[in-house]
Amino acid sequence: MPDDRAACDRRKFLHDLAKLPCATLLLGVVGPLETLATETEEGEEYYAMGIQVDRCIGCGLCVQACKTENDVPQEPYFFRTWVEHYEIHDDGSATVESPEGGIHGFPPGDDDRDVLRSFFVPKLCNQCDNPPCVQVCPVGATFKTEDGVVLVDQDYCIGCRYCIQACPYGARYLDPRTKTADKCTFCYHRITKGLLPACVEVCPTQARVFGELGTRSSPLHRMKRQDSLHVLKPSLNTEPKVLYANLDGEVR
Amino acid sequence: MRVGKIPGQVVRLAIVLIASLVVLLLVRARFVPESFGETGHYRADVVPAIAAQPIRYAGMQACAECHDDVAEVKASSYHRGLTCEGCHGAAADHVEDPVEATPAVPSGRESCLRCHEYLGARPTGFPQIIETIHNPMEPCAGCHDPHEPTPPAVPGECSACHRAIASTKSVSHHWSLDCETCHLTPQKHRENPRAHLPEKPVAREFCGRCHDRAAESAATVPRVDMADHGGRYPCWQCHYPHDPEGHS
Repeated sequence: MPDDRAACDRRKFLHDLAKLPCATLLLGVVGPLETLATETEEGEEYYAMGIQVDRCIGCGLCVQACKTENDVPQEPYFFRTWVEHYEIHDDGSATVESPEGGIHGFPPGDDDRDVLRSFFVPKLCNQCDNPPCVQVCPVGATFKTEDGVVLVDQDYCIGCRYCIQACPYGARYLDPRTKTADKCTFCYHRITKGLLPACVEVCPTQARVFGELGTRSSPLHRMKRQDSLHVLKPSLNTEPKVLYANLDGEVR
Repeated sequence: MRVGKIPGQVVRLAIVLIASLVVLLLVRARFVPESFGETGHYRADVVPAIAAQPIRYAGMQACAECHDDVAEVKASSYHRGLTCEGCHGAAADHVEDPVEATPAVPSGRESCLRCHEYLGARPTGFPQIIETIHNPMEPCAGCHDPHEPTPPAVPGECSACHRAIASTKSVSHHWSLDCETCHLTPQKHRENPRAHLPEKPVAREFCGRCHDRAAESAATVPRVDMADHGGRYPCWQCHYPHDPEGHS
């Protein structure tokens, strides 16, 4: 009886149709719950760096150590980390300079009587928790590891430079030898062996502090408790993991 | 080309679809690296490869294992926060082969001045010298052991360390005042400056001792009525005590 069969199918169809929104609703609830469960990853091995700006003496040892440790081209303009010299003047204007990234230190300046205050700010890749460079990479050559470090796969990068443009901190460069993007790795090859990143190792005034976000005994956690912290360009929602203590509002 | 009740055009379409799917899967298998996507949208294999890069800086603990005598001296000196390789350069190769690879020993003044030349941007209290005035041409190591850099003799003059303030004050109206007129300085400040800080005036009445109308000071000293001059602000809000009339 064809009519009966059609009626039966329609009933089943309506039945299934009613199930659909229920299932969607269920998925909508389960999905976020799953991400909640996975987002508690800020455990022991989730790295971050702290920079105490008022301790930096602008010696540039970190810049030199970084280039040596990571085999960064020695000629200027390629830096994984560099130091900027800020001068705030009486009229409110600010000048920023970083001669050769500060790798040779900073020359004694003229006796500038119109300088209100001046200071050094070390900069590097901010190892964003929400990295724009990773979002734009068309091939998946740059990525965030499970311990929170943003790395570049040199063998997989096609050298399109999109990530260099996307980085709001200017922390990336194109390696002139391999023609691939490159950047600070928090010295991934050192921290996975239990050593400090090269810049932290050589810093003579402990202006740089390295540690795990989740470990309460790390020097980084002590800094988080005791200093007023700031990150660069917080409005971009990149959630940087390089935390600056006592940072001047002029620093971008 | 009918298969059972399925019309020919559907069958042909299905063949094309299946063929494209097979080609897609073959191409994907050929070009997508094996470990891609295991832990995220990247090659999982590259993480251990990056972690396996050789290190160049051995770290201070590696140095202290052999050079424990130097490490011990340094640990109680002002240079305790410095790592050996900051001055001597990367030395992982020296740890591997102590005879063949020897780290640099900096001499002269250049490497010390990198940190200790006077720069206005350096934090207050960090020991700095003006290179052209502080024993010119003498190598630093002649007086200061780099591993224990405490000056061999206690500085006699405040200007030995506070050179910038001394030169400003010397051309100001306060040129004739001794530093200790305003800063009561414990003797131990000269030996261990940051553990024994000098005192600073805390209230405006201190300046009033010389500059109030009723003060017993020389007639040439400028006077103000402390009761209504400058309101409740401390004097150094407007007058920099080392250059009170602002020669800049």
